[in-house]
Amino acid sequence: MKKLDSTIGNMAIVLTVVSVVAAGILAYVNQMTAPQIEKIKAEKLSKGIKDVLVSGAAPVVQKVDTMKNEKGDITAIIYNTDKGAAVQSTDPNGFGGNLTILVGFDEAGSIKGYKVLETTETPGLGAKASTWFQKDGKGNIIGKNPGEKELVVSKDGGDVDAITASTITSRAFLRAVNAAYKAYKSGASCSAPAVAADECVNDSVDETSTCSNK
Amino acid sequence: MAFILIFITAIFVNNVVLSQFLGICPFLGVSKKIETASGMGAAVAFVLTIATIVTYLLQKFVLDAFGLQYLQTIAFILVIAALVQMVEIILKKVSPALYQSLGVFLPLITTNCCILGVAIIVAQGTYATYGIEPNLLTGIVYAFSTAIGFALAMVIFAGIREQLDLVEVPAGMKGTAIALVSAGLLAMAFMGFSGVDGGLKVLFGL
Amino acid sequence: MNNFKILLNGIIKENPTFVLLLGMCPTLGTTSSAINGMSMGLATTAVLIFSNFLISLIKNLIPDMVRIPSYIVVIASLVTILQMVLQAYVPDVYDTLGLFIPLIVVNCIILGRAEAFAAKNGPIPSIFDGIGIGLGFTLGLTTLGAVREFLGSGKIFNFEIFPESYGMLVFVLAPGAFLALGYLIAIVNKLKA
Repeated sequence: MKKLDSTIGNMAIVLTVVSVVAAGILAYVNQMTAPQIEKIKAEKLSKGIKDVLVSGAAPVVQKVDTMKNEKGDITAIIYNTDKGAAVQSTDPNGFGGNLTILVGFDEAGSIKGYKVLETTETPGLGAKASTWFQKDGKGNIIGKNPGEKELVVSKDGGDVDAITASTITSRAFLRAVNAAYKAYKSGASCSAPAVAADECVNDSVDETSTCSNK
Repeated sequence: MAFILIFITAIFVNNVVLSQFLGICPFLGVSKKIETASGMGAAVAFVLTIATIVTYLLQKFVLDAFGLQYLQTIAFILVIAALVQMVEIILKKVSPALYQSLGVFLPLITTNCCILGVAIIVAQGTYATYGIEPNLLTGIVYAFSTAIGFALAMVIFAGIREQLDLVEVPAGMKGTAIALVSAGLLAMAFMGFSGVDGGLKVLFGL
Repeated sequence: MNNFKILLNGIIKENPTFVLLLGMCPTLGTTSSAINGMSMGLATTAVLIFSNFLISLIKNLIPDMVRIPSYIVVIASLVTILQMVLQAYVPDVYDTLGLFIPLIVVNCIILGRAEAFAAKNGPIPSIFDGIGIGLGFTLGLTTLGAVREFLGSGKIFNFEIFPESYGMLVFVLAPGAFLALGYLIAIVNKLKA
């Protein structure tokens, strides 16, 4: 078959046809994959909550609180469940950007488990933070209660060992854990002085009351 | 203050070439002479800033507005390609002198992944941390600072390569190999800036 | 036999990473471990095979002057499809590769092969060229990833070779990418000479 000539008409038709076909195919694939992508996101969240609360059966999320600072940035999301609360918290001063973690607390406020959700770290280091502070890791924080004693790395006079060669990450991580704890406590009673600047916004699934509930 | 923070972070701390690995092809390809390197840097700064504005508006008012986010990649790359062509034509008419110095680099820019990369980063707002809101203004500052960072890395690297020509290099290391190793050392030097952004945040009270 | 030669050509003689030095951004940006490098290589291979195939099919329907924009539309569509499929079925890979997935569009290898091979050959050889170049790229990325992971954290494919605390962290970080690739290319040069 001979190649089409480069006349204006040919070019316009070909470009239009190519673009329209491409857009059509993309729209179709998007429709096919969109529900699956949503499903995976939801699964990931519920699995995360289950992991940090270390519970055999999947915890039932009863109420979701979103904490924002005065500028409207989300600082923490609290998932209250029947087996404790999982708190998502972000520290903006990690190594090279935000460090987002999910921490599970029991009723008393002791840490049950944690998970690193998002990091701008170099892959090697981010992965380290997700094992270092676990129960069998060197900087174990599981079972500690940030309410009794704030978690601080040993370099700064605390009692948690920092990750070798990444003090910045360790500090950011512990700040995020402490912030998560404060958010959790203030989520239970919104008037806690520690987070006076924070404003509670409730987008609860099955409850409409704001953060006045205990 | 937020603008200064974006500026310094994008140039030194998260340098687009040396720590984010965008725009490596021109970084290795046209960095043999300081003159060409600065020409390329200027051309990228010019196109990157304009491309970011156009793609940001496209994202907000067309793609987001009509729920067409899945067309992002395809729309952005076409816009960038068309934009480069347009800049070339306009420059030729308006400022032949500038065209003389930047013209040769313009066609190379379409496939420079730092343009598409930064356009996507700005559209998604992932460059923003606390105290910095993702909007058109900060996006432009971010894009421009990134381009300056690119130009800076290009010029420094070209300077090093000009010196490299004068030294004896082992046969196997000649050419790209020694260039990459030098780039690695330069990247290591830029790693010294890491953490500066955190300090500035405290200083500026963000 | 002929197709087999095309395949080997891409993997060895025209290896995109070590010989042609194309697609440097993903090569350096996604190779902090062997598995990351391999994922990126395979993602690019998938796009390359389909783009080569489609472009060799439609090459005669496209006038010369709008050739490049049409190819870019085809490639960008394939990349977007890949992006959605990865996000839906292998979200872990999608998260690790991040920004580098949409950037496959501007990977010079893909447009380069479309121009240099697919636009001149039939669909079947084009597929083999795509597989060959793609596997060559994957091989390059996996090797670089393995070297960086080994030197940086003492593992290869997450399999521990020596304790992590003896690793040279810098190889996992940005400068290590440049250094490791520089020395690997030097070794390849030495072997060729």
